[in-house]
Amino acid sequence: MAGLIRGWIITLIFVLLFVFVIYDMSLWNTLLSLIFPDLKDVVYPRAGLAELVGEHLVLVGLSSGAAVITGILLGIFVTRRAGRAFLDIVGDISSLSQTIPPVAVLALAVPLAGFGVKPTVVALFLYSILPLVRNTITGLETVGRDVKQAALGMGMTRLQLLLKIELPLALPLVMAGIRIAVVINIGTATLGAVVGAGGLGTPIIAGLVRENPAYVLEGALCAALLALLFDRGFTQLEKSLFGNYARGRVLKSLKYVA
Amino acid sequence: MIRMEGVSKRYGDVQAVRDISFRVDKGEVCVLIGPSGCGKSTTLKLINRLLSADSGEIFVADRNIKEFRPELLRRNIGYVIQSIGLFPHMTVAENIAVVPRLLSWEKERITRRVDELLELVGLDKQQYRSKYPAELSGGEAQRIGVARALAADPPLLLMDEPFGAVDPLTREALQQEFIKIQRELKKTVVFVTHDLDEAIRLADRIILMRSGEIVQSDSPERILSRPRNRFVRDFVGTDRVLKRLSRIPVDRYMLAARRITLRAGGKSTEHRPGRGRNFFWVTGEDGRLLGWVDTRSLDGRHPVESVMTRIDPKTDALSRGATLREALSRILSRNVRTIAVVDADGRLVGEIGLSRIEKATGEVK
Repeated sequence: MAGLIRGWIITLIFVLLFVFVIYDMSLWNTLLSLIFPDLKDVVYPRAGLAELVGEHLVLVGLSSGAAVITGILLGIFVTRRAGRAFLDIVGDISSLSQTIPPVAVLALAVPLAGFGVKPTVVALFLYSILPLVRNTITGLETVGRDVKQAALGMGMTRLQLLLKIELPLALPLVMAGIRIAVVINIGTATLGAVVGAGGLGTPIIAGLVRENPAYVLEGALCAALLALLFDRGFTQLEKSLFGNYARGRVLKSLKYVA
Repeated sequence: MIRMEGVSKRYGDVQAVRDISFRVDKGEVCVLIGPSGCGKSTTLKLINRLLSADSGEIFVADRNIKEFRPELLRRNIGYVIQSIGLFPHMTVAENIAVVPRLLSWEKERITRRVDELLELVGLDKQQYRSKYPAELSGGEAQRIGVARALAADPPLLLMDEPFGAVDPLTREALQQEFIKIQRELKKTVVFVTHDLDEAIRLADRIILMRSGEIVQSDSPERILSRPRNRFVRDFVGTDRVLKRLSRIPVDRYMLAARRITLRAGGKSTEHRPGRGRNFFWVTGEDGRLLGWVDTRSLDGRHPVESVMTRIDPKTDALSRGATLREALSRILSRNVRTIAVVDADGRLVGEIGLSRIEKATGEVK
């Protein structure tokens, strides 16, 4: 318990530090000047990091939110009796969607959705749906047959079985899937800058175009920090929800009411 | 309580259950037994509709089970399976409370019931309420499984090899618990096992199945003493007689014990039912068994206590509920001719010897 509180406090400190850092552009100026002493402009001038992080979070938030909902629902569907026929297809399509380079998806989405945020969200959505679908499926399939048989034998309907037993038991894996999807999205969302979606990719692209490595580092470093922060936050959340008992992870405090 | 009429069930090519009919009366423990694949588990699952019969009718409490939605039917039937299937993300208390919650009991009532049941299965409520299944031993988990099945106080209990997953010692303890609980609650139980000794120990009636059909349906005594055909004879084994002995409690065949009672002031009194014999049990004034003595070694000069051989009623005597089979085993292993029988407080109530056991095996019911 004490370890958990300590963990949260540390996470909170990191969040505060990050917020502070993205608002204080002079810090970046100093740091980047040190790394690139010969460059005149080291900080992307058009927008502050705080603004860029904001845009970035919108991209990540929309695409991850959609991916989480769709991914989990799909995962549930294909593990039900009705959807079992689709299990393989859905698995294949999800894998496929991650093998197509996001840049290509972007390029294909632009004629349909225009420039900016929309095609980016679509590309990110497709790219991050795999870990969610796969983890949901695995999570649900690892629920023991005997547990399910006992639940049905005791008089639960299939819906009650899903809500009270299967989903809570699958939750650790699903949460891990969410964490992975979001962290991947944070990195991949930098591509959005290519089609004018804003976000932390903007200084990166600007830097590439103008051959200014400092801009690139600014964007990349900030994106990396953001990704680390989210990873840390989710891990901490997982630790709080799921105690570790001898035989694997068990929900500690989440009471499922259905 | 349960009536099956002409029920059949097929799995693909295999006819798992073939036109079977039987009855289970209220308060009866009916054990389904047979070789692997005989259809006993299938039959059990037909009762609570985990499987649907292809043909025939099944009645529980005189109502056709098809009249009810399966979930509602099952909430009134306790169900215990071999692997128990405790929900790993719930505490013991929450596990037990599942069916009551499905039936919308008030929280108060559920809490009281959980405590009641933990006590019934012999587990300390303070300690076990908040434990998680991963922290339980096999025997404890099995008890919780039974408690969970009994939670909503269903009139009918279905058990599918419930004690199969534990070691023989724990298994026997669980069987004894079951007998004790059943004596108290008098539920109607349908019990599937492949262990004949378990069936003999627990059943009021045994239904022996083979290839989806019922071969013989009788009390354990009759199945052992009058096997209907060769299959039954082979199934129960050549030690049928010994098996029958495990159904007979010692106090049915014991004789009055000849005893010497030690009284205060160094005096003693004798009690001799019958003549001859020099062998006497020695008890204290309260009737508790202290030892035995050969009267030929009493010379009147030394007090009885100094001459007698002391024995411990807890380890060297049989309780009155022990079976003749245990008595026989004890007699043979200790190489004695008679064993004392005591009650729960260690008081001498009788004695049992080889000749009495022979009499029991001679009598066929």
